[in-house]
Amino acid sequence: MHNHQEPLIPKIGVITDVRMDTPDIKTFRVVTPDGKKAFDHRPGQCAMLSVPGVGEAMFSITSSPTNEEYMEFSIKKCGCVTEWLHQAEPGQQITIRGPYGNPFPVDDEFAGKNLLFIAGGVGLAPLRSVINYCRHYRDRYGKIDIVYGSRSKDDLLDYKEIIDEWANDDNVHVHLTIDREQEGWDGHVGFVPNYVKELGFDTDKTAILCGPPIMIKFTLDGLYALGFEKTQIYTTLEMRMKCGIGKCGRCNVGSKYICKDGPVFRFDELDELPDEY
Amino acid sequence: MRKCSLDSMNLVFAEIAKAASLYLPVDGKDGKTAYTKWEDGLTWSNSLNTVRGPKDFFFPQTENLVEFKTSGKNIEIIDTRSASEDFVVFGVRACDVKSFDVLDRVFLKEPTDSYYASRREHGIIIAAACTKPTETCFCQTFGIDAAAPAGDISIWKTETEVFWQSNTEKGAALLTKLDALTEECSTEAVDAQKEKIAATMKKLPLANLNTDAFGAGKTKEYFDAPEWKELSESCLGCGTCTFVCPTCQCYDIKDFNTGKGVIRFRCWDSCMYSDFTKMSAGQPRLTQTERFRQRFMHKLVYFPENNDGMFSCVGCGRCLAKCPISMNIVKVMKTIGGKENA
Repeated sequence: MHNHQEPLIPKIGVITDVRMDTPDIKTFRVVTPDGKKAFDHRPGQCAMLSVPGVGEAMFSITSSPTNEEYMEFSIKKCGCVTEWLHQAEPGQQITIRGPYGNPFPVDDEFAGKNLLFIAGGVGLAPLRSVINYCRHYRDRYGKIDIVYGSRSKDDLLDYKEIIDEWANDDNVHVHLTIDREQEGWDGHVGFVPNYVKELGFDTDKTAILCGPPIMIKFTLDGLYALGFEKTQIYTTLEMRMKCGIGKCGRCNVGSKYICKDGPVFRFDELDELPDEY
Repeated sequence: MRKCSLDSMNLVFAEIAKAASLYLPVDGKDGKTAYTKWEDGLTWSNSLNTVRGPKDFFFPQTENLVEFKTSGKNIEIIDTRSASEDFVVFGVRACDVKSFDVLDRVFLKEPTDSYYASRREHGIIIAAACTKPTETCFCQTFGIDAAAPAGDISIWKTETEVFWQSNTEKGAALLTKLDALTEECSTEAVDAQKEKIAATMKKLPLANLNTDAFGAGKTKEYFDAPEWKELSESCLGCGTCTFVCPTCQCYDIKDFNTGKGVIRFRCWDSCMYSDFTKMSAGQPRLTQTERFRQRFMHKLVYFPENNDGMFSCVGCGRCLAKCPISMNIVKVMKTIGGKENA
C-alpha cells in the first residue's frame, strides 16, 4: 500500500434512487455504501462519476449542499457513460470522486443581491444546486427570478419541484417557457433569450446563466441591451475532462483549467480567456 | 569533485546497480540511442541524445492507476499502487534534466500525483554535461547550461576520465558509495570542458533564438495571429512532437476490461488530436489550426503564466528532428514572435 492520498482513486457510490425527469434526462441519487454523502460540496461544484469498464465523466452536482442526506446528479443520455447510467437501477454501485472546481460565490458576491437565474434545457442542473441553496438561506438574498426554458413541457427538468416548491415560495418568481406550442401548455412559448428581453428585468440583479452556447450568446446580448454589466453575470462552463485536478491538460483554455479554475466564471473573467470553450 | 577512469565505468555501473535498477543511453542495432537497463558489459553510448527522453521513468507512457472488480451491482476498488523501486537514470542531458522542473510543476502541485511523486522520491538522476549538442539543440534559449547540468549528480566525461559532483543529498549518498572507485580531484579538466562546450554552443545555428517575445500576458497578442493558419496547414496531427517531448504531460484515463476485472490506466495523450477535447456537447477546437495553436501557446504563454515565467520547452530539439513535415516550435517562435527572432 501507498502512503500518499491519490486524487484519481475514487470512492464507491450507490445509486439509491433514479427519477425519470424528461425523455432523455434522469436524476440519480447517490450515497456511500454506509448511506452517507460521499463528500461536502459548494453550489456549482462537480464530481467525477464512473462506471468501471465503461468510463469516467464529470457531472455537476445538482443537489444543494444543504441537503445533508445525499447528492443528486441530473444526467442527459448522450454518450457511453450516460447511456449506461440511464439503464442503472437503484442499488447499483458506481464510483465517485470530488468535489471539483470553484463554486458560485453564494456567500460573498451573491449575498444581499437580487438574483436572476436563466437556464435552458439540462443547463438547469448546475443552477438547481444554487437555487435551492439560496432558497434554504432565503433571507440572505433579495428577490429571486428564475427564467427556464426547454424544447417542450416534457423536456423541462425538475418540473414538479419547480411548480410545487419554487413557484410557491414568497419572493421567488418562476418564468417558464417552451420552444413551441404544445397541447396542455398555457404558459409562455418562445426561446429563452427572447423571453428574457420580453420580461425586461431591472439591472439591480446578479444574473446566473447556464444552457446551450447559442442560448448563452443571445441571452447575453439581451442582458447587455437591458444595461447589465459583465461583472453582474455568471456562468458555468463545460469542457472535456479526465483528471479534474488541472493536470491532464484537456480543459485548458488560456492559462486556466476549467476543472479547477472554473467551471464557474464571471463574464468579465471570461473576457480574459481566449474564445475556445 | 571526484573522478574515475573511463575504463572503470563498468565497475561503477555494477556498484550502482547493486542497490538500484540502472538505466543509461545505449546505442541500438538500428543506430538509435535509447535508455536501456544496465547489465554487465553494456556500453554507455557516446551520444546523449536519446530518441525518447527520460520522461518515461517518472511518467510512463502507460500506467495502471487502480483496479475494480464488479459482481452484480457491487464494485470493489483495489488500490494496486506499490512502493516504487529505487532506480538511477544515468547520462541525462541538461535539457532533459530541466524537463523535470517542468513536470514537477504539474504533478507535484497540490493535489499531488502520487504515482509521479513516488517515482521522483525513488529515482536518482545522474546528469551528463553535453559535449555533443546538435544543430537542432537550443537549450540555451531557455537559460539551460549544457555544460553544467543539474540533477542529483553531475558528471563530465573526457577522453579518459569521468568527473563526478553531487548536487543533492540523494546524489551525495550515492557518490559516497562509489568512494572506493573514485578519487578526489581538482576541477581543472571540468573547467576546460565547460569552456569548450560554451564555445560549441555559441556556434550552434539556433544560438540566437530567444524567448523575449513570449511569456505571461501574451495571450491576447498572439491568440488570433493570422500566422497560425499557415504554420499549422501541413500539420498531420500525428502527435509525434508531443510523444518525444520531455515536457508534454497531457494524459488520458481509460478503462480496460481484462475479463476478470477492470484496470483503469492512464496513457500519454496529445492536444494535437481531435479526440482530446471532443465532447458529446461539441468540439471547442474544430480544426488542426486550433489544436496546433494550443500546443505552442501552452508551452510559450499559458505555462509561464502559471509557473513564474518557466517555459514548457527545454530546447532538446527532438520535435525538430522527428516531425514528419519539419514543423516545430522554433519555426513557431520565429514566426509568431516576430522580428527579434528572425
